[in-house]
Amino acid sequence: MKTPVISVKNLVKKFGSFVANDHLTFDVYRGEIFGFLGANGAGKTTAMRILCGLSAPTSGELMVGGYDVYSQTEQIKRNIGYMSQKFSLYEDMTIAENIRFYGGIYGLSVKERKAKEEVLLSKLSLQGERDKLIASLPLGWKQKLAFSVALLHDPQIIFLDEPTGGVDPITRRQFWDFIYEASADGKTIFVTTHYMDEAEYCDRVSIMVDGRIAALDTPEKLKKQFEAADMNEVFLKLARKAKATE
Amino acid sequence: MIKVESISKSYQATKALNRISFEVTQGELFGLIGPDGAGKTSLMRILMTLLVPDEGKASMSGLDVVRDYKQIRQLVGYMPGRFSLYQDLSVEENLEFFATVFGITIAENYELIKDIYVQIEPFKKRLAGKLSGGMKQKLALSCALIHKPEILVLDEPTTGVDAVSRKEFWEMLKKLQQQGITILVSTPYMDEASLCDRVALMQKGEVMEIDSPARIVENYTRTLLAARSDNMNRLIQDVRNWDEVESAYAFGQFIHVTPKRNEMEAVELEKFLMTQKHEKLQVNEISPGIEDVFMALMKEKE
Repeated sequence: MKTPVISVKNLVKKFGSFVANDHLTFDVYRGEIFGFLGANGAGKTTAMRILCGLSAPTSGELMVGGYDVYSQTEQIKRNIGYMSQKFSLYEDMTIAENIRFYGGIYGLSVKERKAKEEVLLSKLSLQGERDKLIASLPLGWKQKLAFSVALLHDPQIIFLDEPTGGVDPITRRQFWDFIYEASADGKTIFVTTHYMDEAEYCDRVSIMVDGRIAALDTPEKLKKQFEAADMNEVFLKLARKAKATE
Repeated sequence: MIKVESISKSYQATKALNRISFEVTQGELFGLIGPDGAGKTSLMRILMTLLVPDEGKASMSGLDVVRDYKQIRQLVGYMPGRFSLYQDLSVEENLEFFATVFGITIAENYELIKDIYVQIEPFKKRLAGKLSGGMKQKLALSCALIHKPEILVLDEPTTGVDAVSRKEFWEMLKKLQQQGITILVSTPYMDEASLCDRVALMQKGEVMEIDSPARIVENYTRTLLAARSDNMNRLIQDVRNWDEVESAYAFGQFIHVTPKRNEMEAVELEKFLMTQKHEKLQVNEISPGIEDVFMALMKEKE
């Protein structure tokens, strides 16, 4: 029996009279790559903030990594990693400084942090580069490093919010190699993207439309269900309907 | 309409643009395609007279971007990458403001923006800062068009925008083009290249290739095979480990494989993968897309 690492039952989030999340129900399993798609304004960011312990739901039962999103937000934050294209590493600090900084934020002891730093640098073959500024690194390295830093405290779950936006096509694909690697290590990956080819790489994909989950399944089954050639077509079919009501 | 001659621009040690040259003809929809850091924004800012190049010359509608900046500003419309309207003015007030700056009334050129503006008109009293992403974009486009520019320049209008809104945005651009406006647009989405008449593929401050999307693809002479099986993860590893293969990248539900020998046929790859015990194999020779060519050009440059 698969155990859910994220369990969401009837999540509702309202801002005044506006319902941003309207009874979302889904589970995400250990080691799964879970694609969280939706049109702009569909309620993805709201739901993601709740799952990261940054915002409280209006109602519903939610567990993230075994912790309750109402009462155990600090434990949740310590057990998840987060990375986005917009927010990752500090450009004007060196590689080593960034690792130290995030190690501190995640509450690693000096000893743990030093050990992690060595492992991380040797894994990425960056031992010789530790004193280089992030700003001076090629994009591919930055991405790889940002991802590794988000995993520094050994989180069970990693949230990736449009991690590949604006990234060149080769680096974008290398990034998905890291995602697969982490998933093979048992990490659960929760990822948003606007690149529909990337939706094909997920184990399961949910598509949000107007605050609800309009579809959730493996890419293969979604394509069958919506009689679509690829995920782009699935997305267009679902999201286009919603447009009429905007 | 737009002429760029050997433009270079550096920020301290970083070379943002390295001898860029191209021309955009009257009525053309021209795309600058490339990831972050390709130099797209710097180039557009130079053309918009907001940045002075270190070397080279550029002109818009025959006017020099350094000397004639004042006239140029009258005849171009610009939609920058970041939302640049006044968040604390309403939709209507923003449009009014831009019209006034150009010394015209909204009514004079309403026809041009009508199709776009009617979609946000129900919210005309709402503050621009409170609009959804898609509506902000429509307002920004309306404001960039209100003085009826000859040339419209759009810096990554579809970045971070969902697939449906992107599609709609391109439909709007096509309509504007039909009204005779010359359009220069940048995007990091390779699939949008095919919607332009011609494109410049840019990477790290250089133009790697300029042509129509169809010709760029035609001129690519390497063999390309697409493969899939029931275990994509293992498939890509196995393909990469085969010494007949130069590169293999994931492309949605397929892996695109460039063999070292151009004569390699799909069945050869298929036979190899059968020896690796892949099930539900499917291998075909395919024609490349812009993204395939872009990646090949990137590797050539390295």
